[in-house]
Amino acid sequence: MIGFRRFAGEDEQPLTDSRTAERLQLQERVFSVKKRFLAMYKMANAGHIGSSLSCAEILVFLKHAWMRDEDTFILSKGHAVAAFYALLAEANALDPRELDTFYKDGTRLPALPPVNAIKEIPFATGSLGHGLSLCAGMAVGAILNRSERRFFCLTSDGELDEGSTWEAALFIAHRKLTNVVWLIDRNRIQGIGGTEEVLALEPLDAKLDAFGFHVVAVDGHDFASLLALRDACSRALTSQGRPLAVISNTIKGHGIRHMQDTVASHYLPMDDAQYTQALDELAIAHAAALAGARDAG
Amino acid sequence: MRDEFAQAMIALFGERSDLVFVTGDVGYMALEGIAQTYGERFINAGIAEQNMVSLAAGLAREGHLPWVYSIAPFVAFRPYEQIRTDVCLHRLPVKLVGNGGGYGYGIMGATHHALEDVGAMRVLPNMRLYVPLTATDVGQVVNMMAQDPLPNYLRLNTSAGIPAEVPPFAPWRRIKRGRTTVVVGLGPVVGNLFEMGDEELLDDLEIWSVGTFPLDELPADLIASIEEKRRVVTIEEHYLPCGLAEALSYRLLRQRAYPQSFTSLHAKGYPSGRYGSQRWHQEESGLAGQALRSELERVVRG
Repeated sequence: MIGFRRFAGEDEQPLTDSRTAERLQLQERVFSVKKRFLAMYKMANAGHIGSSLSCAEILVFLKHAWMRDEDTFILSKGHAVAAFYALLAEANALDPRELDTFYKDGTRLPALPPVNAIKEIPFATGSLGHGLSLCAGMAVGAILNRSERRFFCLTSDGELDEGSTWEAALFIAHRKLTNVVWLIDRNRIQGIGGTEEVLALEPLDAKLDAFGFHVVAVDGHDFASLLALRDACSRALTSQGRPLAVISNTIKGHGIRHMQDTVASHYLPMDDAQYTQALDELAIAHAAALAGARDAG
Repeated sequence: MRDEFAQAMIALFGERSDLVFVTGDVGYMALEGIAQTYGERFINAGIAEQNMVSLAAGLAREGHLPWVYSIAPFVAFRPYEQIRTDVCLHRLPVKLVGNGGGYGYGIMGATHHALEDVGAMRVLPNMRLYVPLTATDVGQVVNMMAQDPLPNYLRLNTSAGIPAEVPPFAPWRRIKRGRTTVVVGLGPVVGNLFEMGDEELLDDLEIWSVGTFPLDELPADLIASIEEKRRVVTIEEHYLPCGLAEALSYRLLRQRAYPQSFTSLHAKGYPSGRYGSQRWHQEESGLAGQALRSELERVVRG
């Protein structure tokens, strides 16, 4: 079950018209982003589709609903960078025509993030377990510069196997780096198996809590849940003194039946029929999500 | 060299506002002055070297000049992938400082020695290494590194006492002239050449010191000496692979300077399986004392 951890004095903001409008807008954006990266994967005949579908809503939410222009994002799970390229193109931070070069010889857009090529990608990630430390360093750097910039890091759950992730966690908590927001894409699938079968992470929230984080769990595919997180955490950032760790409960390959919750969706490309089917399913899910958002409003 | 390094870092703090000093929880009775001077810009990252190096990359990305200090193997090997990926690939000016390069930690044993650090660092993209020879070099090197926009590795060791006037730190330095044999050395082990107790043998040696990697082009004076004497010996407190001897042999070929004989004196590791002081390990590898003298006599006197 998706849990939402609360603390004293926190109330979820009542839904308002503007909140509904924001949800609808985010929903439209993520639909467009997903269509873009599915097209990229299809054209490239490439895998990692499940990884991108797992975090598409989180990326859209961060870019368009939570982060300020001066904030920095690190996609520590670099293997989902197709979704991030698509997000940047959607936001005109990248020429959309460049997406057609994805995977091609001579591209700036390889399967994992490039080095020093794109302003919004300060570090080439993909080797797992680096992103959180990089954020910690930038966060300390910003504090020394008397800057209030924030640093958002999205890790996979599989990369919590890396000891370096926990080194970073110790450091961030010890230094109370509340300008770091750590989001974990908790889809429960890693390299060749489930996270709990390969190297169990649970109880993850208790671990993060014991490390000194303010831990929040959200439904990483539901903008209502993500927006509630933002509002709760913007207060937590100033009042709790504990850095935030967000367990974003997700499904690998979310929204596409043949990929959903499968290890295979990490690796396999789509054939023509699967791609057509995926687009159909995406459209149906999108319509349902829009209707849900309107009903909630 | 550690004390000179600390003094240089403190002096540098007066000149620049972007310095951050990061230690991997080492430096007792050595870094206290830096900690006091640097204040919030001194970070003890704990015994967590992977985080320490990525952290430094993040600091550099935010416009700071981080110096990352630990015992040589723990700054060079433990976080190697972080150095390669976060620092070197991104060409960030992170300054790695390894204390006790070579057998510097002596009786502490093999885990605390670094006989592969030069090789490990010099194969990395964008990385420049600095290897001081004397205590006086250290301050000059720190200032050069602060000006160097590249990632750097500083190999600190026990400084050599050279009984001669040593020119200021440079990629190539002629330490002394000699009759028959060119010796090219890396770091303070060069000082052992002056302590063999055989003045006649010493007179045979023209001694050059290497200070940086990648190796700069061989200077004309060095090429001239090699062409005249035709015998080259390298000496380094480092394993043979990827060290000075291999780097120099490439340079010699590249610049068409062909000696008749080329001998590498280098660390052999732990051939007896026993442990001792830095000096003891150097002697066991033929890098000091009578063992070094014998090695050189073989080359010089045939």
